[in-house]
Amino acid sequence: MAKKRGRGGLFLYAIFYLAFLYVPVLFLPLFSFNNSVFIAFPLSGFTTQWYAQMFADTAVQQALFNSLRVGAVAALVSTTLALPAAKALTRYRVPGGGAVLALTNLSLFIPEIVLGISLLILLNILTIPLSLWTVTLGHIVICIPFAITVLMSRMEGFDKSLEEASLDLGESGWMTFWRVTFPLVLPGVISSLLLSFMVSFDDFLIAYFLSGNDATLPIYIWGQLRFPYKLPTVLALGAMILVVSTVLVVVAELVRSYGLKDRKHKMVGA
Amino acid sequence: MSDEDYLHIAHVTKRFGAVTAVDDAELSIRRGEFFSLLGPSGCGKTTLLRMIAGFEYPSEGDIFVEGQKITDVPANLRPSNMVFQSYAIFPHLNVFDNIAYGLRKQRLTRTELGARVNDALAMIKLEGFGKRRGDELSGGQRQRVALARALVRRPKVLLLDEPLGALDKRLREAMQIELRQLQKSVGITFLLVTHDQEEALSISDRIAVMSGGVILQVASPRELYEAPNCREVADFIGEMNFFDGTVAGRDGEIATIDAPPLGRLSAVAAGTPGTKVLVALRPEKFTLSGAETPGAIKGTVTAAAYLGDRSHFNIAVAGRSEPVSVASQNAAKTDGHASGDIVFLSWAPDAVVVLAA
Repeated sequence: MAKKRGRGGLFLYAIFYLAFLYVPVLFLPLFSFNNSVFIAFPLSGFTTQWYAQMFADTAVQQALFNSLRVGAVAALVSTTLALPAAKALTRYRVPGGGAVLALTNLSLFIPEIVLGISLLILLNILTIPLSLWTVTLGHIVICIPFAITVLMSRMEGFDKSLEEASLDLGESGWMTFWRVTFPLVLPGVISSLLLSFMVSFDDFLIAYFLSGNDATLPIYIWGQLRFPYKLPTVLALGAMILVVSTVLVVVAELVRSYGLKDRKHKMVGA
Repeated sequence: MSDEDYLHIAHVTKRFGAVTAVDDAELSIRRGEFFSLLGPSGCGKTTLLRMIAGFEYPSEGDIFVEGQKITDVPANLRPSNMVFQSYAIFPHLNVFDNIAYGLRKQRLTRTELGARVNDALAMIKLEGFGKRRGDELSGGQRQRVALARALVRRPKVLLLDEPLGALDKRLREAMQIELRQLQKSVGITFLLVTHDQEEALSISDRIAVMSGGVILQVASPRELYEAPNCREVADFIGEMNFFDGTVAGRDGEIATIDAPPLGRLSAVAAGTPGTKVLVALRPEKFTLSGAETPGAIKGTVTAAAYLGDRSHFNIAVAGRSEPVSVASQNAAKTDGHASGDIVFLSWAPDAVVVLAA
């Protein structure tokens, strides 16, 4: 009996925990379908007009396109830069490798507002005008630690003698990378691309400091919050972003761990 | 260069920081020979193998294949191929592509490539497994594919890093015989690294015993067992009884040695009179008898173990703290002595090995 009551308590705790995490977020989609410009209960009626308005708005479309472009370039560049770094840090005894890794991870904990201001100062000194490119640059900086972490976890997951076997069978280091290393870390690369894209797509602070006249989606949303009658459209947009982000992150995690569990099982079997 | 030193390890030393993993190794391996590096883990045998493969660079010394120095040749251009301890089968490729992996540079036509790979599959008795993925194979199959993948390149030397270690005992014994037959049929020089002395004895033409980075003895399996050159080798290969002895006199190569409780015996040995030596005798070199025979020493059985084909006894002998270990074949059904029995130990004089103390 006592045992059962203890289980019930934990169950309740889990429910509260999940509710605390997700109920506030769920208000977004809920009110995005509410037939009123006021965000308040009781709900007045169901509508999809805010979504229709959002899709018709060319400024939204432009901001979305900007965000996609910045996110795609940032994801591609940061993953490309992180790949050799992750290989070096997992495969070789790099002098100062530990320090490099620590510094890379440390940048995850530098407040983005500090990073944003620092980059802004740097760009001013170099007299580089602000644009979507400077936003992309800032996003590459914040994406690299994520990319390295994801890629390293994948690299550590496979037998280093596979690469030695390739050398032994006559392939150069370069061809070994393309014939063995890359195919085996490919799930990690895809995962890194998706996560980096998400980090860039969700970022507000860096973009706030580093964008010129072209706004990314979060910057645009921030701008729209000044107009109360536009709030439901922003909610609709937010709900869309929420769904897409969730899907991307889940896909990234599934891809990253693809084959890992399976292989462990096989190792035990063999 | 000759067939005698087809693969020549010339005074190779490898240091990792303050640790000397391989200390001045000198070895000549013959063409077409099945050679084993035998030693406990950490003795430097794998480091030596990896230097031959090109994964480690010697701190000193050079490596030659057919008289060509390969010390500075990168791993991917060396005339050797390796079977890894983990087999290192590419999990993202199927069996066919695994075996064909090292043939890309040879620019074979599709039919030539197919023929080479299928020959290799036939050699390892895995015909029809070409489409199977690398991560869908059993341990024994992975080991065969690793062998085929290396041999299909027709290397001058095949390096094998504990290739049977991951298999269960029965499969391992079957693979030992198969590996030996395969080596004879392809005629390629095999260099095997193992810590399993039975494996090394049963499979090799010659064996180098290593310990602490040093090569202690290079000899045929029979010679290693019957005439070890030092206490470490004698101890590592099989079981050995050691008796303290002193050289009493000599007549040319033959020395007279006092070794209580065995008494006075003659054997080939170095040292002037008074030199301390170790007299070594294998357990199966003793003969046990219930009746006193001339020259036999008296003892008491303290432990008897029946092992089916043979029995094992510990015999307490006066003047010696450790029991003498004796093994005898159970040729007749009634052979055997029980614990507490008084027995008489005799031995073949030519079975005595004298080692430096």
